[in-house]
Amino acid sequence: MPKGIVVVDKERCKGCGLCIEACPFGVLGFSSEYNSSGYRVVYMEHPDKCTGCAICANVCPDVALEVYRQEPTKEAA
Amino acid sequence: MSVEAAIPEGYVKVFSKPKALSDAKYTYCPGCHHGIITRLVAEAIDELGILERTVGISPVGCAVFLDRFFNCDFVQAAHGRACAVATGIKRARPDLVVFTYQGDGDLAAIGAAETVHAANRGENITVIFVNNGVYGMTGGEMAPTTLPGQRTTTTPLGREPRLHGYPLKISEMLAQLEGPAYITRQAVFDYRHIVRAKQAILKAFRNQLEGKGFSLVEILSTCPTNWRMTPVEAGRWVAEHVVKVYPLGDLKDVG
Ligand SMILES: Cc1ncc(C[n+]2csc(CCOP(=O)(O)OP(=O)(O)O)c2C)c(N)n1
Ligand code: SF4
Ligand code: SF4
Ligand code: SF4
Ligand SMILES: [Mg+2]
Repeated sequence: MPKGIVVVDKERCKGCGLCIEACPFGVLGFSSEYNSSGYRVVYMEHPDKCTGCAICANVCPDVALEVYRQEPTKEAA
Repeated sequence: MSVEAAIPEGYVKVFSKPKALSDAKYTYCPGCHHGIITRLVAEAIDELGILERTVGISPVGCAVFLDRFFNCDFVQAAHGRACAVATGIKRARPDLVVFTYQGDGDLAAIGAAETVHAANRGENITVIFVNNGVYGMTGGEMAPTTLPGQRTTTTPLGREPRLHGYPLKISEMLAQLEGPAYITRQAVFDYRHIVRAKQAILKAFRNQLEGKGFSLVEILSTCPTNWRMTPVEAGRWVAEHVVKVYPLGDLKDVG
């Protein structure tokens, strides 16, 4: 299980690419999907690498990303 | 958020849209830093728990539709007059939290007088100053803040200071006055700077809550559309070139 999950609000995404550039782990990429405004939206190209750091969501100018992080388990804590 | 996603058990939400923002989509261009700055203001309002008593003053410029993006009250001021409108509201209703959000054309060109005098009077308001070096909304004309040599639609050969004036360093000017409590310059071109800019915005609101007086956060922003750059290139341009003319950091802080 990946440590983090990023949920893309496809209708808010404007395909600017800032999140792709900012992710330290190369998780995000452009999908082949376009939204109703004609923007090519991002998706988790390598979901297994996501740490849930939320850097992508912080740099997203359109507040299109929601980030979830795995709660630390007892062994990990 | 209008997304339906099955999040497996054991995950906690660590980032989502602030409550101070409505569901309306921004009208900013793709990759424009206005969007980040608008969200940081909303996050600060959330964290301080002041949404119900906050009034924003929107400018003329690309941020003119802020009233749609925020869940608090707004007044849309005539071009450049945001600090004067904020003064009136804050003096009539000191219990409210009043902030302006203005571009460089609005705050530093047509509204320079209102800005300077509100600062000089030490009005107890919070000012968010978005400096992208051009008149974004009207098509990328030169602003007082445009860098020397920078090409704009009104300086097609580049800004020539001897002819068009030098970059107007509004924050440095205001920091010389006795009135202001806090003047700082920040940027949002990467995560580290976004975190710092957020702290500055929080402080500028806290100063108002504590009655400290005029607090202004200048934030170096981008205009990828009129700079004719990709959003990534525009961010790099700020990091490499704009910060040399407009150094980051606090210019005045009475503590
Ligand atoms: C009295 C008046 N003069 C001129 C204009 C035209 N106008 C609209 S926006 C703008 C400049 C906006 O630039 P800025 O404040 O830097 O905001 P940005 O769009 O770059 O965020 C101007 C000159 C106007 N709307 N009203
Ligand atoms: S949460 Fe962090 S690791 Fe995951 S996609 Fe975003 S920036 Fe990359
Ligand atoms: S930063 Fe936001 S708007 Fe830009 S591509 Fe990523 S999710 Fe889409
Ligand atoms: S014109 Fe420039 S400042 Fe205005 S929204 Fe577009 S990119 Fe941003
Ligand atoms: Mg501007």
